[in-house]
Amino acid sequence: MSQPALLPETTLFALPPRFAAWFQARGWAPHPHQLEMLAAAEAGESALLIAPTGGGKTLAGFLPSLADLAAHGHAGLHTLYISPLKALAVDVHRNLTQPIAEMGLEIACETRTGDTPQSKRRRQRVRPPAILMTTPESLALLLSYYDAPQVFGNLKCVVIDELHAFAGTKRGDLLALGLARLQSLSPGCRRTGLSATVQDPDWLAAWLSPTAESSGVRQVYGRDGAEAAVEILTTRERLPWSGHMAVHALAEVYERIKQAGTTLVFVNTRAQAEIVFQELWHLNEDGLAIGLHHGSLAVEQRRKVEAAMAAGRLRAVVATSSLDLGIDWAAVDLVVQIGAPKGSARLLQRVGRANHRLDQPSRALLVPANRFEVLECRAALEAVKARSLDGDPPRPGGLDVLSQHILGTACAGPVGADRLYREITSAFPYKSLTRKDFDRTLDFVATGGYALKSYQRYRRLTVDKEGFYRVAHIEHLKRYRMNVGTIVEAPVLKVRLKNGRVLGEVEEYFVNGLLPGDSFIFAGRLLAFEGLRENTVVVSRAPSGDPKVPAYAGGRLPLSTHLAERVRDILEHPEAGHDLPEAVGEWLRLQRWRSQLPPADGLLVECFPRAGKAFLVAYCFEGRNAHQTLGMLLTRRMERAGLSPLGFVATDYVIAVWSLKPAEDMDALFDEDMLGDDLEEWMAESSMLRRTFRNVAVIAGLIEARTPGREKSGRQVTFNADLIYDVLRKHEPGHILLQATRADAAGGLTDIGRLAAMLKRVKGRIHTRRLDRISPLAVPVLLEIGREQVYGSGLDELLDEGAQALIEEATGGLAPGHRQAVLPL
Amino acid sequence: MSDTLNKPGHLLVNGVALLADLTGALIWPARRLAVVADLHFEKATAFAARGQLLPPYDTAATLDKLEAVVARHGVERVFCLGDSFHDGAAAARLDPAQAERLRALTARLDWTWIAGNHDPAPPAELGGRAAEEITESALTFRHEAAPETRGGEVSGHFHPKAAVRVRGKRLTAPCFVTDGRRLVLPAFGAFTGGLNVLDPAISGLFRRGFSVTLLGRNALFTFPKKALV
Repeated sequence: MSQPALLPETTLFALPPRFAAWFQARGWAPHPHQLEMLAAAEAGESALLIAPTGGGKTLAGFLPSLADLAAHGHAGLHTLYISPLKALAVDVHRNLTQPIAEMGLEIACETRTGDTPQSKRRRQRVRPPAILMTTPESLALLLSYYDAPQVFGNLKCVVIDELHAFAGTKRGDLLALGLARLQSLSPGCRRTGLSATVQDPDWLAAWLSPTAESSGVRQVYGRDGAEAAVEILTTRERLPWSGHMAVHALAEVYERIKQAGTTLVFVNTRAQAEIVFQELWHLNEDGLAIGLHHGSLAVEQRRKVEAAMAAGRLRAVVATSSLDLGIDWAAVDLVVQIGAPKGSARLLQRVGRANHRLDQPSRALLVPANRFEVLECRAALEAVKARSLDGDPPRPGGLDVLSQHILGTACAGPVGADRLYREITSAFPYKSLTRKDFDRTLDFVATGGYALKSYQRYRRLTVDKEGFYRVAHIEHLKRYRMNVGTIVEAPVLKVRLKNGRVLGEVEEYFVNGLLPGDSFIFAGRLLAFEGLRENTVVVSRAPSGDPKVPAYAGGRLPLSTHLAERVRDILEHPEAGHDLPEAVGEWLRLQRWRSQLPPADGLLVECFPRAGKAFLVAYCFEGRNAHQTLGMLLTRRMERAGLSPLGFVATDYVIAVWSLKPAEDMDALFDEDMLGDDLEEWMAESSMLRRTFRNVAVIAGLIEARTPGREKSGRQVTFNADLIYDVLRKHEPGHILLQATRADAAGGLTDIGRLAAMLKRVKGRIHTRRLDRISPLAVPVLLEIGREQVYGSGLDELLDEGAQALIEEATGGLAPGHRQAVLPL
Repeated sequence: MSDTLNKPGHLLVNGVALLADLTGALIWPARRLAVVADLHFEKATAFAARGQLLPPYDTAATLDKLEAVVARHGVERVFCLGDSFHDGAAAARLDPAQAERLRALTARLDWTWIAGNHDPAPPAELGGRAAEEITESALTFRHEAAPETRGGEVSGHFHPKAAVRVRGKRLTAPCFVTDGRRLVLPAFGAFTGGLNVLDPAISGLFRRGFSVTLLGRNALFTFPKKALV
């Protein structure tokens, strides 16, 4: 909490004497935003503080509570602090106990997370501390106990840290519902939100507000920090056409690490983290202390790296989004972003991790891994300079989260439907929830919500004569408490060294693809897969060789709409002062000569023959997910037109489809109507919708991730969601959980919305180029063929391919897979 | 091998020509007989009674499939290879409409309930006859495979599924398993999971190897044991 003196001493009069003395003893003056937070609290107003990291934001959030507690004392819980990370709650607790002790205040301040011992948790409910620091899940649990009215009845303030990370997510939905509950238990309670810079502060204020309107919250702004010094690495090496690992540039990155004190190296996926870490150690002739941090590593190992970083013992850490939020390390001098940042808000957040002193600029280095990423890095840098940020529009709260909350509320005691509906619609994500959807959700929680009347005797909630709902059996309380939360993990397996320790966890699907002897990089080591022993992946250290890289799904965000627009603009006018490297300039000049550059407001489609097939490349720039959906729909339509599509591949920028016959009428092919029946039909069958349903079913409590007495069975989900999905779709297509699934898939993921907007935008503006061979801009996407999973193949096609390969093996034919030759330009 | 690969669905067990149906039913065309295993009627209500409110349509979905099989193959006889009911009280939990459908089937067709571990005594009130096992011509039908057999055994119980790897992706589906001497059927019920055929409980029954016929979405696919993961 370093805090430079910014104001004359007079401002100290705004503080209670003991606080003023404390600031003075440190040679500090309070920031204006800290004083304004005090003023808001005195007026009894909720407040949203938007400030960059390092602006004394946490202290600003707590000052009003500390002042109130110092002046008036308090019986019971006074302030509840909620953080997205357990580790952050612990860190903030440490940072707060220090001033409390130094000021000689008698204020009890404790944390409560999944790690808190049972006895302490019980005591916290009987005799709560004045300040409790916790997570949304722990809050939901606390609210599900019968004594919640006593615990929270005298609550004065809730502080929500990293608010921007909650709003708009399912975890945020759960928190918003918890806040609505708290408001009923303690109507005078103020709310304080702490957030990084965001695109739309009014929306965030409305989210925070007890009235779900932005007018209910005072917005307070911290001083902007010095402008970040961000540069793009112009590599000495040849700039690659494709790939995401940026291995070519790591020698230069290593030099920068050597020059800086402490460096954070951010990557986008866990696979990248492993490769970059490995390569940096290959280059590490000076034996610099370089660590690795990502979400799959064992918790102890992550804590060790964090502790070493905090103590200044590391020169660099290679990290995924696992370090995006949270712990303050004042001493980071340089942030390196490997690969394109995918969004300007994300880049700003990461850059802000360097140099948490407002008077000095953060230093950051962007390292594009390929040519398209140069354009994207450029777009992100220009966006950060212009302070224009991307952000998803608000989406309505999930009905699955609502189900969970209703059950939790009933666990605490009998509840009437009318009161519950009023309370729930006071939460911003649910302010437009219709009474009908609420009633159907309540019915789902109570009885499963099926039309079949003979099923009504199986109930989770019973209704008494006065219309109060209560939990039918004590067993349901246990089940609820074991399954609270909105984070549905993919099934994971522990990775253990043969006769050794656990290194971390990997997704089950990744292990399913391994054969004994296969090698892969994990936890910074080259490992050989030995086999599965029950639910553990047994590995040994592998001799050197080519690893098979973990194909982690984690962290792969699509390009944001905002950056996509900027990339299109750069491509339309590459000469307009974008300072592009020579290799990229040359590439774009060649493209202009051979074909044309993609127009900013239209759609460039190139068609060319290659290896006996007709290729179609569309430059949509709508992100990988939207392109995958587009690929499914295009191939369906081409199939009907008799063009015999063979496959497609999608990147963040481009989609390529190949077929036996060339497509002729592009306007018809890209017509908006593809989002009608084709989309419905495809969505119903798609694995995306099945995965979404599984998450919805787990969060809503239809399928349990954990069942009492069977926690250690190893199977993450007790019932196959696919079977339920199929039966439900056929026999009760209007079921509330299917409605929730469709809402998530269509609205929440925003990709279909992006696709619709693009098809509308380019209508009548499709530039078709028929070429005799591949264009320079099309090379990167064609290099992805074979490297990326090719979508567009259903279960049957793949099985058939497997069977065909066997037939060819048996008959001595050549196995397929020679597609990826060197591309001649 | 290439013969079976090219004609998935045609199975030869102890010299008898059989047909695998995409639903998981086994057809003996010469005898106009359909064989289904592990229907697990009323599994959802069994879970519901314990508080997990699964959709109560598994029995209806299973009957839909069963009626389709009967119509498609012009079947006159049906053998249910045990575990037709999820538990002893399942028949009592049947929705009246579904119970009526079931009675219509057992009245119209020559119907046999073979006893399983979930339903050692199949309910009498739904029609059909009960049996421990049945031998007909070169085939014996029972719920669970006997450790030793002289050949010609057709059974269920294990809910076999198999996985193949295609382009680095692991695909799993329920399957028939046979070595030409005995055959294990996939589970027919709508809410039934599966056990990988490489588990010793199943693979141990086939000492000299086996092949599987996988139930895809729209077609069957046959693979030898060595192709499985």
